[in-house]
Amino acid sequence: MTTIAETRRAVARRPRFLLDRAEVMGPMFIAPAILYVLVLVGLPFLLALYYGVSAYSIFDPSYRFVGLKNLDEVLESEIFWHTLWNTLLFTIGSQIIGLLLGKIGAMLLMKEFPGRGIARALVILPWAVPVSLATLAWKWMFDSLYSVINWTLVAAGLVDVANQPQWLGQQDLAFAAVMTVHAWRLFPFGVIIFLAGFASVPKDVLDAATVDGAGFWRRNYQIILPIIAPIVVIALIFGTVFTFTDLSVVYLLTMGGPMNSTQVLGSLAFQVGILSGDVAHGAVICLFMFPFLLVAVIALLRALRRREI
Amino acid sequence: MALVAANHIKKQFGDVLAVNDISLSVHDGEFLVLLGPSGCGKTTFLRILAGLEHQTSGDILIGGEVVNDVPPRARGIAMVFQSYGLYPHLTVANNIAFPLRTQNTPRAEIARKVEWATRLLSIDHLLNRKPRQLSGGERQRVALARALVREPTVFLLDEPLSNLDAKLRTSARNELKQFQQTVQTSTVYVTHDQVEAMGMGDRIAVIDHGRLRQIGTPTEIYDRPADEFVATFLGTPPMNLVERDGGSLGFRPEHFLPREMLKNGSALAEMPFRVERMEYLGSERVLYGTIEGMKAKRVVTAKLPAHAASDGIRAGDLHPFAVRASELHYFGRDGRRAEGGQGVLQ
Repeated sequence: MTTIAETRRAVARRPRFLLDRAEVMGPMFIAPAILYVLVLVGLPFLLALYYGVSAYSIFDPSYRFVGLKNLDEVLESEIFWHTLWNTLLFTIGSQIIGLLLGKIGAMLLMKEFPGRGIARALVILPWAVPVSLATLAWKWMFDSLYSVINWTLVAAGLVDVANQPQWLGQQDLAFAAVMTVHAWRLFPFGVIIFLAGFASVPKDVLDAATVDGAGFWRRNYQIILPIIAPIVVIALIFGTVFTFTDLSVVYLLTMGGPMNSTQVLGSLAFQVGILSGDVAHGAVICLFMFPFLLVAVIALLRALRRREI
Repeated sequence: MALVAANHIKKQFGDVLAVNDISLSVHDGEFLVLLGPSGCGKTTFLRILAGLEHQTSGDILIGGEVVNDVPPRARGIAMVFQSYGLYPHLTVANNIAFPLRTQNTPRAEIARKVEWATRLLSIDHLLNRKPRQLSGGERQRVALARALVREPTVFLLDEPLSNLDAKLRTSARNELKQFQQTVQTSTVYVTHDQVEAMGMGDRIAVIDHGRLRQIGTPTEIYDRPADEFVATFLGTPPMNLVERDGGSLGFRPEHFLPREMLKNGSALAEMPFRVERMEYLGSERVLYGTIEGMKAKRVVTAKLPAHAASDGIRAGDLHPFAVRASELHYFGRDGRRAEGGQGVLQ
């Protein structure tokens, strides 16, 4: 009997054709990401959970189970509540300032002017420069002796040489200083997000608004902002997560001082858990970030879905 | 009285003269079509009328007043954009109400007008939808309703049908024309589609390279084209042009018929037509070929009824064709229409 079409199994089995199949290729591509999250996020998270209910410290590395004792102690600590409050203020405050400045910056950069390309590149710097370098620069600007800010203020006759503000030495000023650096670091991100957002608004829609009689404010707040809201919300999620968990700025600028006035969850956890060696309490403090971030992200994602256009 | 008038409008973008000295007027209740190929400056001209672009020189008059420095919102115009420009985050009702809100119209009045406009355009069942939930045709109507509630002096429409598929476009064309006849508002309509222009326009302004080539009724434009551009831009297939005394002689494919199809008696210009290719299009046949004895070989087309006495003509045939002298057009060396030439081809 003649076979009309011979089944050529050999071809189908060749591995290089296996990669042509989306159901094989897809998981292969996503596997590294999942592995990364499991090993470097999931595992430490579980470890922190375990440390939190143990009596583990550097001096006594035992996994003795102590239940919620650590949690009780942290909750009773005044410094902890103060730190939590600080963290929230830093996060919210710097998001507002950063995004607001970002929007203004983006609107300015949308305009045609000579040197716009350079200006756009320069604006990105605060975001691109390593946080340690940037913070060190700010540290010098806030320095008690060599502060260029104070020098300017004195030269302008705004403050007396004898009564120069101690940016990192006074509690309220130190707080403002940390917030400033955070907002400064966030600002370019805001600019990029708003620039991208503005570019995504169809020209016809803007023209229609102009013809329909919308002035500057109405066009901005009733047309453009609602249209780019989903993008801004994503920026807000990112910014919130970055700032809420950040300890580098506080650590490099003030070490949480003076008198814990600029302490944030990250820096407090680092001080307690690593510097003081009390891993168990440090872990508990760290874990406090989780519910806050979870709530924030869920809330923002929901807002995002509602705003979907 | 001219409701909208443009006097010597010029618009320069860098080195490019996008609009080159266009003057025209729109009469009360008129449907004026600006027709031209893409990039000819017709949309720029419309945007200048709207106030979205500012002319380099010249005056725009609306309702008898110079509005050069009047912003779009105060010009008494309403515009429908190519992609409609609907506000994606607002419902249909709020989209339509938006221009009224900016004028601080009282609530009750807004509700009344929105209802009136949506009913007129039969979209009153879509009020709570967002633009993304609408079909192309529905979006176009919402855009029209939004323009309508402003009760403008003039509608400016920028290729409003180009985003619709071919089938929908035909019905939308009829609806749009009917709508304009109902509301009796002067309309300036930009398109590159000659069928839209011929079918809808009370008058057509043909624009090319920023220049107004001709303005007139569809019949005038088609039957008495002012120059070679207008002659060849309108009509499918376009008008045939053959060389004559440095200028050219034009005749429409549908007037270029086998000699035997034309009755004796009227003055005819006869030409021996070498048929090279034939397309059968159902309702008609289009023949492509050249005229024997011409120095420059230019492709000439003839459009014949699908089933005519001359069914026997095949590709490769040389057949006597002719045009009535009254249907010949003469164009001078400059490409402009020349009158008085005689139908002599030799």
